[in-house]
Amino acid sequence: MEVRAIGKRYGALRALEGVSFTVRAGEMLAVIGPNGAGKTTLLSILAGAQRPSSGSVTPGAASVGWAPQQQAVYSRLSVAENLELFARLEKVPDPRAAVERMLEQTGLRARSRELVGRLSGGNRQRVNVALALIADPPVLVLDEPSASLDPPQRVRLWEFVCGLARAGTAVVFSTHDVAEAQRLADRVLVLVDGRVAIDAVPEQVERAGGGGGFEAAFLEILRRAPEPAPAPDGITDERGTGP
Amino acid sequence: MRWLLAKDLLILRRSRLTVALLIVYPVAIALLLGLAISRGPAAPRVAIVDETPPGQTVQVGAHRIPVSRYAQELFSQVQALSTASRAQAIARVRAGDAVAAVIIPADIATRIASLRPASVEVIYDGNALEQALVQSSIESAIARANTGFSEQIQRPTAATLRAILQGGETGLLGGPPDAIGLARIPAALSALVARAPAGAASGQLRRIEASTAFAARELSQSSRLLATVGEPIGVHSSVVAGRRTPLDAFAVVVAVSVSLMFVCVLLAAGGVALEREENALARLARGLVSAWALLAEKALLGAVCAFVLAFAMIAGVGAFVTLDWSRAGQWVLALALGAGAFGALGVAVGALAHEVRAATLLAILLSMPLALLALVPRGAVAGGFYDAIGVISFVFPFRASLQALDAAVNGSAPPIAGSLAHLVLLIAVFASLARAGLMRAG
Repeated sequence: MEVRAIGKRYGALRALEGVSFTVRAGEMLAVIGPNGAGKTTLLSILAGAQRPSSGSVTPGAASVGWAPQQQAVYSRLSVAENLELFARLEKVPDPRAAVERMLEQTGLRARSRELVGRLSGGNRQRVNVALALIADPPVLVLDEPSASLDPPQRVRLWEFVCGLARAGTAVVFSTHDVAEAQRLADRVLVLVDGRVAIDAVPEQVERAGGGGGFEAAFLEILRRAPEPAPAPDGITDERGTGP
Repeated sequence: MRWLLAKDLLILRRSRLTVALLIVYPVAIALLLGLAISRGPAAPRVAIVDETPPGQTVQVGAHRIPVSRYAQELFSQVQALSTASRAQAIARVRAGDAVAAVIIPADIATRIASLRPASVEVIYDGNALEQALVQSSIESAIARANTGFSEQIQRPTAATLRAILQGGETGLLGGPPDAIGLARIPAALSALVARAPAGAASGQLRRIEASTAFAARELSQSSRLLATVGEPIGVHSSVVAGRRTPLDAFAVVVAVSVSLMFVCVLLAAGGVALEREENALARLARGLVSAWALLAEKALLGAVCAFVLAFAMIAGVGAFVTLDWSRAGQWVLALALGAGAFGALGVAVGALAHEVRAATLLAILLSMPLALLALVPRGAVAGGFYDAIGVISFVFPFRASLQALDAAVNGSAPPIAGSLAHLVLLIAVFASLARAGLMRAG
């Protein structure tokens, strides 16, 4: 995936500015940053759910699987029905086979007939991720996939995602857990006020932040980031929380 | 689009309570509205106190008319509750047993007989709106009773006038047994004048002859005048164009239109809002389904379900009300375009709301007043207010749909083509608004 100088504006508000990076097949890129940094906006643009105000993303949305931060699943359909619906909407050649494959990969076979609304938060998130993978995309975009999960569920989720990356899927994920980013990502992109503060491997990020551990380095990078230009007409900065 | 439609039908099948409510609620509202329209207002329950002494009469010529006839006339116009005293009547009004009390005073006969104005007392209760409604219906009932009573007075009065004009056995109190009618006196006088010697007496007789002839001529007009005063202007009604719609057939059209609107708007609005509530809108918007296709699917879902329900209602009601089945093709056209317009309105509402409950509330809040406003008849409110209602009704589909269905079912004016064109225009407008709302949202 190649991202070139992406910008996003909501009226007078700049949510993203000049964001560029690349992700190779099999690579895991973590996007971290404080609340309102523009992480969700960036990931929804990568997924094709929003259009950038400027810049470009390749490949297009058809090659990207997306698990949004808010689980986008039909609660009154069963797990299998959700998967089959999106397989058909994604025009997967053999929808039934794709459903079987995803049930197997995500460990949801035993729950396939249950309505999604009756599943636990963790299992709903697995369905959310499974829907992103139903068309077997070369790029997977996950927006805070572990946010609603308990520790064992997190472990299972990341084992699954890392397995996909090992199989060649490029994975871009956002997280608030910097330790998770350091442990899982091949590269870390720190986003501050809609701009890339640093894009490097975890060790380089730690060094750039003056050492003392990854989290301390991350906080130091945030501290050093230049103040954003004041918003006109008293608009408060809530970037990244756009639709 | 078909997979989304299949998904929505599956969800509907699983939401039995919602489906039951979607059918029962609009049908119940529609039937209530239909009943209210097809049946005129019931005669008001009125406590009537007749204080006149029993057997009291009004003398009209040779006839004596019992004053109780007035009470009988009044009784025939209302649901009368015969009440013994004024206090009891007031108690009945206060208790809500009667909407008003009418007191016929004891001196009414003497006042009528002495040509002094007579009046009855009316007592109301309730709030201002109730008072206005009750006052209107009571005054109408009293006016009809007055007309009936005046006819009873007018008939013997006319008979007395005829007796005075034609003579013979008049039956009048103090009248001669074989009176010469006023109409015959000029001829008799003329014969006397011809035989009388010329002189002062002859001149006097000629003056009497001329005056009597004038009096007889004027009095002969009185009977007709009395009938004219009783009912000066009759009513013959006709409609400008189209057929006159029977009230029960119009009530069917209203009931079906209300059901069509509710089911269609609620389903279409709820369908769009559900996509947003489930956060699926953003996933679908990634090129899986275009905004137009999504809106068309939701509008189609609402329209098809509402069409089936509405057509079943017409067919069902047809068992009780005479409908012209040869016009069924026009029914289908009117229902289809009406459903399309309501579907477009529904998706526009759904695009504004962020969740199903808000969409449902908005749909009901919007639909109910629009239907009621569109049913306000011309002349029921002030001209300026009616014009404002007309503008509001024009920009929403209920009135156009009602007119199209009325024209289709009853052949009433305005012609169906104009209403159908109006509906097509509204489909385009609301579909565009819905798309703009969806794009704005995300």
